[in-house]
Amino acid sequence: MSELNINSKVQEMLERSEQNAKNSEKTFVRPEDEVREVVAPDGSIIKINPLYDYFSGERPKEEKPKNAIVEKFLNWARSESIWVLGFGTGCGSIEIPPLVTPRYDMFRFGVQMRPTPRQSNAFIISGYLSVKTLKRVIRSYEQMPSPKYVIALGSCTINGGMYYDSYSTINRLDKYIPVDVYIAGCMPRPEALLAGFGKLKELIKEGKAEKANEYARNFDEYKANQKKIIKDWNMPDYNW
Amino acid sequence: MKELVEKLNTKYALQDIIYQRDNMVFATISKELVIEAITYMRDYEGFAHFVMMSCADWIEDNKFQLTYILNNPQQRCDVALRVMIERENPTMTSAHHLWKQVWTYQREIREAFGIQFPGSPRVEENFVLEGWTDKPHMLRDFDTHEYAEKTYFPRGGRTTNDPATYMREKLYPNQPVTAKKNKNVE
Repeated sequence: MSELNINSKVQEMLERSEQNAKNSEKTFVRPEDEVREVVAPDGSIIKINPLYDYFSGERPKEEKPKNAIVEKFLNWARSESIWVLGFGTGCGSIEIPPLVTPRYDMFRFGVQMRPTPRQSNAFIISGYLSVKTLKRVIRSYEQMPSPKYVIALGSCTINGGMYYDSYSTINRLDKYIPVDVYIAGCMPRPEALLAGFGKLKELIKEGKAEKANEYARNFDEYKANQKKIIKDWNMPDYNW
Repeated sequence: MKELVEKLNTKYALQDIIYQRDNMVFATISKELVIEAITYMRDYEGFAHFVMMSCADWIEDNKFQLTYILNNPQQRCDVALRVMIERENPTMTSAHHLWKQVWTYQREIREAFGIQFPGSPRVEENFVLEGWTDKPHMLRDFDTHEYAEKTYFPRGGRTTNDPATYMREKLYPNQPVTAKKNKNVE
């Protein structure tokens, strides 16, 4: 590829990212995220837009299921490897460590904890969720590869629980990210969590745990709800 | 302790002196003199440790109450100085130059109650909330239930029971209600 060609590509990318930046309403941009000119290692001056250069600006896409037999086999395989993101949001996160002990032992069900969203396909929202945490949850959820599942633990994720009148915690999780399985209780015991994993496995095997597709389908609606409460939206619209 | 309080009283005209314990005293002081008083106590009387700073909203009196608590590690005693400031456009002289941890307290109070501390470093940054655009959330006239209902999609069908009444009705439905008078309440 010639030099001219590269430059035109770069120009095109810059224009696209600037357009993206204009389209999204940003009022709380951190100084390090602002569109600016920097000096590259080779001495040339380049324009960067950190929010859009480092992340994909593309919307999530719906994935159509493959033919029935293949999909059934895939779903069986998926249901046997549920890898949970190690992310605790509320008081419920203290119910997760006992699952890794020999007494409850979630490994026998094919469930294990992973340290990064890139390696996990299940997200446990463990209890109350403040707006500040919701922002991180959305960011982590969108970084997880599809198919992905969300387990909502505790009554706070269902109707707000004892924090229903708090100014900083959300009431209904399913307005912001799609939820596959709810586990009611305040707090649910680790056995209830294991039952929830069992339910999730059933749903996956039946092919009903398609919430990642639902998120892609109703992406605008979810985004609008998220942006309504996250006033300082200083991240790209899609964090993949 | 008594000597110190008398000395402070002659210098700074304390009001409402309350001895909470032998080694702990609360007193109200005027807004103009409080920074001078805590500087004097830090530099001359050995109150080197800043315990905490808090704020209360006295909406009935149209005042905010700021409390500065100082500790003397040698004599093991605490002095808390209270300041009443106006609730409209509240502004307080910053004490950030005396202890660095005051920065954080003032930042928190600014976010929660909207009191301005001009000159305090980083006081405009977010403390707990991010991107909060409503009125300060710890004010007593901020209705948190109304805000939550307006913002967070409340789910219908929620009922709340008084635990004592509910348990009595469930466990002893036939027993007549005999309200026992609490001994501690006159």
